[in-house]
Amino acid sequence: MSSQNTKNQNLFQGDLVREALQQSFVKLNPKIMFRNPVMFCVEISTAIMLVVTLFSITDRSQGSFGYNLAVFLILFLTLLFANFAEAIAEARGKAQANSLRKTREETPAKIVLENGSIEMRSSSTLKKGDIFLCETGDIIPTDGEIVEGIATIDESAITGESAPVIRESGGDKSSVTGGTKVLSDEIRVIVTTQPGESFLDKMIALVEGASRQKTPNEIALTILLAGFTLVFIIVCITLKPFADYANTPITIASFISLFVCLIPTTIGGLLSAIGIAGMDRALQANVITKSGKAVETAGDLDVLLLDKTGTITIGNRKATNFYESSGIDSRRFIEACVLSSISDETPEGKSIIELAKIQDPNANFKILAGSTFIKFTAETRSSGIDTPEGSRIRKGAFDSIRNMVLKAGNKFPSDIEEQVKAIASNGGTPLVVSENDLALGVIELQDIIKPGIQERFERLRKMGVKTVMVTGDNPLTAKYIAEKAGVDDFIAEAKPEDKMNYIKNEQAQGKLVAMMGDGTNDAPALAQADVGVAMNSGTAAAKEAGNMVDLDNDPTKLIEIVEIGKQLLMTRGTLTTFSIANDVAKYFAIVPALFIASIPALQGLNIMRLSSPESAILSAIIFNAIIIPILIPLALRGVSYKPIGASALLRRNLLIYGLGGVIVPFIGIKLIDMIITLVI
Amino acid sequence: MNTEILSVGLTFLVTILLAIPLGRYIARVYKGESTLLDPIFNPLDKLIFRITGVDASREMNWKQHLYALLTINLVWFFVAMFLLMNQGWLPLNPDGNPSMSPNLAFNTAISFLVNCNLQHYSGETGMSYLNQIAFVTFLQFVSAATGLAAAALVFKSLTPNSATVQKGLRGLGNFYNYFVKSLTRILLPISILVAVVLVFNGTPMNFEGKDQFISVQGDTVNVSRGPAAAMIAIKHVGTNGGGYFGANSAHPLENPNFLTNTVEIMAQMIIPLAMVFALGFYLKRRKLSWMIFGVMTIGFLLLTIPAIYSEIQGNPQIQKMGIDQSSGAMEGKEMRIGVPASAYWSIGTTVISTGSVNSMHDSTMPITGMMQMLAMMTNAFYGGCGVGILNFYVFIIIAVFISGLMVGRTPEFMGKKIEAREIKIAMIVALFHPFLILVGTSLSAYGITNLKDIAWLNNPGFHGFSEMLYEFTSSAANNGSGFEGLGDNTPWWNISTGIVLLLGRFIPIIGPLAIAGLLASKKHIPESAGTLKTDTSTFGLMIFAVILIITALSFFPALTLGPIAEYFSIY
Repeated sequence: MSSQNTKNQNLFQGDLVREALQQSFVKLNPKIMFRNPVMFCVEISTAIMLVVTLFSITDRSQGSFGYNLAVFLILFLTLLFANFAEAIAEARGKAQANSLRKTREETPAKIVLENGSIEMRSSSTLKKGDIFLCETGDIIPTDGEIVEGIATIDESAITGESAPVIRESGGDKSSVTGGTKVLSDEIRVIVTTQPGESFLDKMIALVEGASRQKTPNEIALTILLAGFTLVFIIVCITLKPFADYANTPITIASFISLFVCLIPTTIGGLLSAIGIAGMDRALQANVITKSGKAVETAGDLDVLLLDKTGTITIGNRKATNFYESSGIDSRRFIEACVLSSISDETPEGKSIIELAKIQDPNANFKILAGSTFIKFTAETRSSGIDTPEGSRIRKGAFDSIRNMVLKAGNKFPSDIEEQVKAIASNGGTPLVVSENDLALGVIELQDIIKPGIQERFERLRKMGVKTVMVTGDNPLTAKYIAEKAGVDDFIAEAKPEDKMNYIKNEQAQGKLVAMMGDGTNDAPALAQADVGVAMNSGTAAAKEAGNMVDLDNDPTKLIEIVEIGKQLLMTRGTLTTFSIANDVAKYFAIVPALFIASIPALQGLNIMRLSSPESAILSAIIFNAIIIPILIPLALRGVSYKPIGASALLRRNLLIYGLGGVIVPFIGIKLIDMIITLVI
Repeated sequence: MNTEILSVGLTFLVTILLAIPLGRYIARVYKGESTLLDPIFNPLDKLIFRITGVDASREMNWKQHLYALLTINLVWFFVAMFLLMNQGWLPLNPDGNPSMSPNLAFNTAISFLVNCNLQHYSGETGMSYLNQIAFVTFLQFVSAATGLAAAALVFKSLTPNSATVQKGLRGLGNFYNYFVKSLTRILLPISILVAVVLVFNGTPMNFEGKDQFISVQGDTVNVSRGPAAAMIAIKHVGTNGGGYFGANSAHPLENPNFLTNTVEIMAQMIIPLAMVFALGFYLKRRKLSWMIFGVMTIGFLLLTIPAIYSEIQGNPQIQKMGIDQSSGAMEGKEMRIGVPASAYWSIGTTVISTGSVNSMHDSTMPITGMMQMLAMMTNAFYGGCGVGILNFYVFIIIAVFISGLMVGRTPEFMGKKIEAREIKIAMIVALFHPFLILVGTSLSAYGITNLKDIAWLNNPGFHGFSEMLYEFTSSAANNGSGFEGLGDNTPWWNISTGIVLLLGRFIPIIGPLAIAGLLASKKHIPESAGTLKTDTSTFGLMIFAVILIITALSFFPALTLGPIAEYFSIY
C-alpha cells in the first residue's frame, strides 16, 4: 500500500509538471499535431473558433462575443490538456532515463593507448573499440566488455541491488555497464557502443518521440479513431442542409462544439501518453525496451522459455539428506562427508557442510595437518581428501565411485544402489561417498524451488501463457522439478540449439515466444524469440540480439513484462470504449440545444433538463475537456490487469468503461450545467 | 387483436424452426456434400457449366472471386439496360407498355442488379411480360445468388488453413460453383414451393393482357395479369422485394390473403436466418451461430415490438377528430392483413433488405417509421440474402478489435489476427453506409431549400424530411421499399439513388471479401486461455453495442429532424 502511495505522489512531480506545461504549448505546432488525426481536427476547430470569436466582436449573427470566446477557450484548453498528457508521460520517462544516464556522464575514463600508456579522458569521448582501465573505486565510464581481469562490481546504481557481483573476462559474465562501480581488482574493458547509441540513449530517444514508431495496434486504433472522426465530420457537415431545410439556423460555435464533443478526443488526447507510459512502466521495472512494439508483443505472449537455474530454482542444488549404508555409523558417515567437502568451494560442497552443522551442531570437524586435497576432474568425476592417517575419502557421481569400489575388489552395497535410484526419481542428485574404496552412503542434493514461483506460474497460466523450463538435467530430474514448480513443459539435457528449435517450432504453430538469456550462445535464440530479454550482466552479443534488457538480471521479470504489455493494450481499449460511450450523453445535451429554439417540441429530448441551449453546449464541451486531465493518472498507471479469463475481463471492463462511459457524462454534464447556471 | 399478435409471434417462431434445418442443408450444399436434391439438379449444373464452358472445380483466391463476381454483374447490367430501353417493341408486351427513359432504365437496371428493387416505375404500366421474366425474375435470382456466393466464400475463409495458397493468397473455392449451387439448390427449390402456394391462392401466372370488369359503381376497371406468381416467389425468397404490381404485396393479386401474407413474410426471412445457422453447421461452431442469432434477434425484436405497439395504439391526432382507433392505425393498411401483421412485415422487410411492402410505410406512425429506418440503417440484423451475414461480419471485426484491446491481447477472430488493414477496410465499409445516406439526404435537403421550383416532395416539414431520409436509407441498404410521397421518377432521384444503390451494394461485398481473403492467408493461432472467445454472450453484447453505437451516433441528428420531431409534435 505504501509503495502505491509513493507512486501516486510521484505521478505529478513539480519540476516534471513545469516541463510538461511548457511542452504542452510547444506541441501545439500543427506539424507535431498532424500525427494525431483526432487532436488535429480539434486544433483546426479551435482555429476556426478564434476567427469566429474575433468576428463576433462586431457582428452578432454568430452569437455573442462572450459565448464564442468561452467556446474558443474551452477548445484551446482541450488541446492543452491532451498535449499535457503526452508531455507528462514523456517527462516522466525522460526523468527516469536521465537519472540513469547522469551517473555515467562526465566520468573520467582511463584510456589505454596503443603504445600501452594510459591517458585520462572524459567518458563522452569514448568510441566503440576503445579500451579503458578501471581500478578499485573507479566508476565504469560506459558500457563495455571485459577483455582482461576479474573484478567485483557494485551495480546498485543501476539495479538497486546492493550485493556486489563478480565480472570477469571471457564467458558470459564479461559485460559491464556504465555508471557501476568497481569495488576490487582491476579490469580492462573494450567499449562496445558508439557514443549516443547505448541502450539507454535508444530508450530516451524512444520516449522523446523522435524515433517513436507507432506500434501495429496503435496504428490500427488510430485508423479506427480516424474513422469515427470521419463519421462525425459527415454528420456535422450534412447537418447544415438538414437544419436549413427545417429552418433552424445553427451557429458555427454550435457546429464546432457538436463536432469536438463527438469525435473521440478523450482517447485521441491520451493515446500517445498511454504508449509512452507503457515504456515508462517497463523502465520502472528496470527493463530497458528497445521498441514500444516489444512491450505490446509481451502482452500477447503464448510461450515463455525459462532457464531452470536461478529462475525456477534458487541458484544451485543443496544437500538435503545423508543416507548411510547399513552397518555404517551415521556420525562417521557425516564426518566423511564433511571432510570430503571441506576443500570443495562449489555451492553444493558448502551446502553439505551447512547440512552437517544443522544435523550435528556440536560436532567439531577438524582437518589434520598434512592432508592432501584431491580436486575434482572430469576424468575421475570425484573429489576428496587424503588424511595423514592414511584414509582416502572420495565423494562423487554414483557410477564413478562404484567403478572405483568394484575395481578394488570390494562389494558395492545394494541399499546404496536403491537409495541412489530413489533420489534420482525424486528429482534429486545423489553423491556417493567412499572411504578407502568402501562405499559409506549417499548424500542427497535437491534443487530448491523458489518460494512463490508456483503462484506466478499459475498466474501466467490464467493469462494464457505456457511456461517451459529449460535445463541441462536429465529428463527424470527435469520432469520432477517441472511438476513441482508447476511449469507446463520442459526441455531436458538442453543444448543451445534445442532452445532455438523449440522456439521455431512454437512459432510455426503461430505462437508468440519469449525467452530470457545472458550468454553469447543464447543470442540466436534471443533474436529468434518474439520477445528476447537479455540480462544486463550478459554478453554484449546477447544484449544486442534481444529486444529488452533487464537491468536487475531477474529472470522472473518476464511475468511483469507480460502484465505491462497487457495493461498497455487494455488501457487503450477501455479508454476508447469510454470515449465513444460518452457520445450518447453528449448527443442528448447538444442535439436538443441545437433545435429547441425553432422546434420547441424537441424539449422532450432534453432528458437532462439542461437550463439553456448555451449552457448545454458549454457543459458538454467543458466535460469533454476536463475528462482528459481526470483520466491522465489512469493513462499513466494503466488499467489494472486481473488474470480472470478473457470473457470475464471483457465483462468487467465493459461494465466499468462501457456502461460507466454512458452514465458518467450524464451526471457530469448535468453538474457542470448546474454550476454554470449558478455562476451566470 | 390478440389473435393477430399471436399469429405474428407464431409466424416468427415457425420461421426460426424452419431456418435451422435449412441452415444445415445450406452448409452441406456449400461444403460440397451430397444432398437429397442432387439427382434432380446435378444434371442441370453440368449442363450450365458445359454451355458456359466454366471450370467449376478451379480454386480461386478472393481477388479472382471478386473479379468473377463483378464481371458477370457488369454483363447483366448492359443486358438489362438494353431490355428496358427497348421493351416497347420487343415481344411479350400485350399491354403495349412503353420503353423506359435512359435515366429510369439506369435506376431500374441497377436497382434489380443490386438486389434492391427500388422501383420508380409501376409494374402494370412500366414493365413488359418479357422483362418481368427476362429482366426482373432473372435478376432477382442471380442477384440473390451473388450475395449467397459471396457469403459462401466468407464461410470457407473461416475454416482453418488447409487449402492451397497461391501467390500468398489462399484458394477459397470456386465462385461459379457457389453461385450456380445457390441458384439450383437453394433459391430455385424454395421459390417453386412458394410459387405453388401463391398460384393456388389466386395469384395469376399467364401471358394474357389486362382483363376488364365493370364495377358496382359502373366504372370499367382494367385488371393487370401476367407471369406474376413465379416472380413474387423469388422476390421474397431472394430478398429482392420489387413488386410485380405497383402496389407490391398490398395488391390483392400479389398477396391475396392472410395465408399468402404469412408465407411471403416467412419466405423472405428464411434464407437470411438460415445463413446464420449455416455458418455454425459449416464451421462446426454452433455456439457462434447462436451468439450471432441472439444478437440479431434481440435487435430485430427491439425494432419490431415498438413498431407493432405504436401501430396498435393508433394515431392520437385522428383520435382527437373523434375517429375510432380501436383497430389501430389503419391508414395505408389492408383490411385483410390488419395492423400487427402489417407492422411486423414492415420491420421484417426492412431488416431483411427485401423491401416488399404490404402496407404504406409513409402512413405508419413516426415511431414505426423510425424503426423501419433504423432497421435499414443498421442493416445487419439478419440482413439480405448472403449480404446480411457479410454486413454483420464487418461489425464482428470491429467488435473483436475493440474487445481484444479491452482484454489486453492483440485482437483475433477465429485464430486470425485483426490488424490495421482489416480495420481500415471494416471502417470504410461501416462508414460508407452513413456516408451515402447522409450525403444523399443532405444534397436533397439542399436542393429543396434552394431550388424550390422543382417538385421534390409532396409533404413539407418533418415528414417530408423522413421521406427523403427513407429513400436514401432504403437505397444504401439495398432495401428497395419506399416511404413514397416523393416525386421519385425524376432525373435527380433516378440518378442519385442509382449511384447510391451501386455503392451501397458492392462496397459492402468487396470489403468483407477482402477481409476474408486477407485473414484466410494469415497464420492460424491456436486458442489459449488468454484468447477471447467470440461465441459467448459477453462478446454478443459487445457486437450489439458496436452496432448500436455506430448507428445511433451516425443517424441521431437526422432522425431527430425527421421521425423524432414528428413524434413530439403529434403526441
